[in-house]
Amino acid sequence: MIRPHRRHPLWFAFILHRVSGLALALFLPAHFLMLGSVLEGAAALDAGLAWTDNLLAKIAEFGLVFLLAVHLFGGLRLMALEFLPWSPAQKTMAAASVALAVLVSGGFFLQAV
Amino acid sequence: MSELPSLHVRVWRGTPEAGDYAAYEVPRYESQTVLDVVSWIQQHLDGALAYRYACRVGMCGSCAMTVNGVPRWTCRTHVGKVAEDGNLEIGPLANFPVIRDLAVDMDPFFEKWVKAGGVFHAGATRDDPVAEIDPAAETRQIADAGIECINCAVCYAACDTVAGNPDYLGPAALNRAWTLLNDAKDTGRAAILEAVTGDGGCHSCHTMGSCAAHCPNGLNPLESIAGLKRAAARSFFGKGS
Ligand code: SF4
Ligand code: SF4
Ligand code: FES
Repeated sequence: MIRPHRRHPLWFAFILHRVSGLALALFLPAHFLMLGSVLEGAAALDAGLAWTDNLLAKIAEFGLVFLLAVHLFGGLRLMALEFLPWSPAQKTMAAASVALAVLVSGGFFLQAV
Repeated sequence: MSELPSLHVRVWRGTPEAGDYAAYEVPRYESQTVLDVVSWIQQHLDGALAYRYACRVGMCGSCAMTVNGVPRWTCRTHVGKVAEDGNLEIGPLANFPVIRDLAVDMDPFFEKWVKAGGVFHAGATRDDPVAEIDPAAETRQIADAGIECINCAVCYAACDTVAGNPDYLGPAALNRAWTLLNDAKDTGRAAILEAVTGDGGCHSCHTMGSCAAHCPNGLNPLESIAGLKRAAARSFFGKGS
């Protein structure tokens, strides 16, 4: 349950940025592990890559690209917010960053399936 | 007059250590404010109820409380706008020590105001000519955007960073510092920048914007804090102060 004083667009943008950042931090070690398997020979990497062919992994990948996009645009929004003095557009920017994230990750998803 | 169904009101009684919400039935009127409800309870049901107000017209900033989970100035909050199916839950402002019932200890709030460099740094005396200020100047316009603060502490109660970090100066004090920084008559630029960039200063703000979303006067402390961050960065890189 989101407490009443937090129900506004900027707070949602804030929490989305936090959560996507945390999730990415959790994912990155797995990502490097996979890349690192190259060192053990092509077979190990191929086995890993084969795993990514199943649907569940595809959906997970979509989630990851979504998180990356959310975090990227969220970060851009923050930098604009703090370094450019054009603030009343914040809410629009928060919304636009999420929209762009959906667009980019959606595009990736369509290409993947 | 009171044809409308009455209100079910729960009001915080006591201290955080020893207290609870008490239930009251309050007649509903047209154009009734939340402060009217609290006053009615105090006048008709429970004379010992502790709460604060003064002006009743949104000027003094003393009547803020938590209404159905949201910090609000109660004298200008209409019951019709906030009651949920005739239910009102009224508690003391969050992020403050509660003295009793709805009255909180505002000292930390005003102490931080001073700590943020919020006391005017005068550079002239009464013998000097009156400073001429161009109302159209950019800095004056920036200052003007933030000076209508009534010290109600609604933003301070809404801020999750204040809740998590007792040293954080908070949106109102930092907004005040920003207006002074843009005031051509204030000579304390370096002192203000020093005060707002220490521990618990502007860089502790997480940009979640609850201050701007809830300020009853439509101020935007979040933007003021961003301004302080820019000013601090500029002075750090030596581009003027
Ligand atoms: S923007 Fe900064 S000051 Fe305003 S509620 Fe968020 S953390 Fe607090
Ligand atoms: S900035 Fe707004 S919410 Fe905060 S103390 Fe001033 S008037 Fe109240
Ligand atoms: S009583 Fe003065 S602002 Fe509400």
